Amino acid sequence: ALPCVAAAGGRWMVGFRASRRALLPPLCRAFARPGCPLGPERGAERREAAASRVSGFCPPRKSCRDWIGPPDKHSNLRPIHFYIPESESPLEQKLRQLRQETQEWNQQFWANQNLTFRKEKEEFIHSRLKAKGLELRSGSGQKATLDAEEMADFYKEFLSKNFQKHMYYNRDWYKRNFAITFFMGKVALERVWNKLRPKHKKSST
Amino acid sequence: MAASPHTLSSRLLTGCAWYLERRAVQEAPHTFMHLFRSINRRWITFQHFTFLKRMYVTQLNRSLNQQVKRKPEPVALPFLEKTSLGQAKAEICEMRPLPPPSLPLSRKPNEKELLELESASIIEGSLDAGKETKDEKHWKEMKLHLDDLPGILARLSKIKLTALVVSTTSAGFALAPGPFDWPCFLLTSLGTGLASCAANSINQFFEVPFDSNMNRTKNRPLVRGQISPLLAVSFATCCAVPGVALLTWGVNPLTGALGVFNIFLYTCCYTPLKRISIANTWVGAVVGAVPPVMGWTAATGSLDAGAFLLGGILYSWQFPHFNALSWGLREDYSRGGYCMMSVTHPALCRRVALRHCLALIGLSTAAPVLDVTTWTFPVISLPINLYITYLGFRFYTDADRKSSRKLFFCSLWHLPLLLLLMLTCKRPPGARGAGAEPQS
Repeated sequence: ALPCVAAAGGRWMVGFRASRRALLPPLCRAFARPGCPLGPERGAERREAAASRVSGFCPPRKSCRDWIGPPDKHSNLRPIHFYIPESESPLEQKLRQLRQETQEWNQQFWANQNLTFRKEKEEFIHSRLKAKGLELRSGSGQKATLDAEEMADFYKEFLSKNFQKHMYYNRDWYKRNFAITFFMGKVALERVWNKLRPKHKKSST
Repeated sequence: MAASPHTLSSRLLTGCAWYLERRAVQEAPHTFMHLFRSINRRWITFQHFTFLKRMYVTQLNRSLNQQVKRKPEPVALPFLEKTSLGQAKAEICEMRPLPPPSLPLSRKPNEKELLELESASIIEGSLDAGKETKDEKHWKEMKLHLDDLPGILARLSKIKLTALVVSTTSAGFALAPGPFDWPCFLLTSLGTGLASCAANSINQFFEVPFDSNMNRTKNRPLVRGQISPLLAVSFATCCAVPGVALLTWGVNPLTGALGVFNIFLYTCCYTPLKRISIANTWVGAVVGAVPPVMGWTAATGSLDAGAFLLGGILYSWQFPHFNALSWGLREDYSRGGYCMMSVTHPALCRRVALRHCLALIGLSTAAPVLDVTTWTFPVISLPINLYITYLGFRFYTDADRKSSRKLFFCSLWHLPLLLLLMLTCKRPPGARGAGAEPQS
């Protein structure tokens, strides 16, 4: 019942959501504690973009960290809501964008993969049952399935069909994973350096 | 928190809002409106809108950007048209007693809209606990708590598997001829354990999206975001470097070299190969065979026949163990893109498992020939070897889940027992030569 009610206000909701998206950055900033200083316009835009992609969830105002969500229904990957700090350096921004982009790319690949698998599996079961002359649902209403040995043909076929796709994915995934980790290392070093540097300046003056 | 005084009352009202929503779609709009008027209408309306927005947004996300157009119910539509946005805005503006925040806004949004949405966020903020959907409760802050760290690192390094690997190394050390040197033994165990932790951590680092999609591995630390990839790699390095150093300088360079080789083989050969070719199983079997060889070389300092025999036994054992395990995971492997014999060459999978069960009998018989054990060993190990071969044969013929599970669980106790029997039948020092009298 509730989704119907929600859908009924569909047009209204879209407008509402758009305006929410536009105004989320000020809201995210509005009730932040002093520990997380308010960001400039630049930060606001980025926060808005990040929030719009992972919409439906906004972390508590006082949080200064990334948040990780439950596994996605289709891709089984856990989305991360990235925190955009006030004093985000170019390197940190680059890292965050890379992570965001990799997350979306991964999400798309695996959601597509899993949905395709499910769809083709259903089709295979249908065709096999039809070939056997069986109905999809038996007399008792239970869904008729094939046993593991019959499904083996499908698994083999699916794997070989998607082999090339996986090769490209693997290569890209390894590259991205290394790049993200490398940049994480660089950012960590930069932060350590920045922490040490003011002390160094103080001692020199 | 700015809105805490309102929490309790707002929670009660939230409850009312939910109840009212259920009734809304069942009753005529005018009745529903009457109900609304009986409670603080302005408050509920806004609750309702925010809740609906949240539901809609969650549903929209779930449909993965597919444009799912649900047919609107005629009953609900008039209701929403009645309580118009403008009306709600005006009411909310006069109702909210919160201080307006000082925002350095460079944009110029519509003031009314801003206040309305501020209120929405306040309500959201204060009522998160009451209203959040099941999904939102599962969002976790990515903060590393130090008291969780040991548990997380234990799971990252697959500590149980590491313990098994170290025990096979210890068996190799103990079976090697020569006096049992305790310090050397401890250093070997520690070094091998650290090397195994490092290799397992790197393996998990490489496989995050694949692990997410398999039931067996979806609760690993990197998948759950409990630690960052950088920390995983740092941990692996902090294990590998001291581990290999310990083996190289604390034990002997040969053992250290084997340790490095095994880490490389597991992380850079086996892990990527899993997705390229079925040859990964043979490479993985070598990875499993190296630790007892390391134990042997740690004790003797050389790679002799006994080391290869032990390695051979572990190598052969891997096949019934892994092939039986992989039989039940065919769907996950197929979907995830893993090239495993059980998926691509099922007959080969079962044949290889049986073949290596038989090889175990052969290798057990070779043990006294190579002076590793006395002749008692092949005799007393025959029952368990025959049993696992029988299960391997059943798996080969039946090729079903039941036989694969039986073979797998048998392999779990078969190996420790076999190694124990080997230890009890170890050739005593001084009694050398093939064909020596069996000593019980």
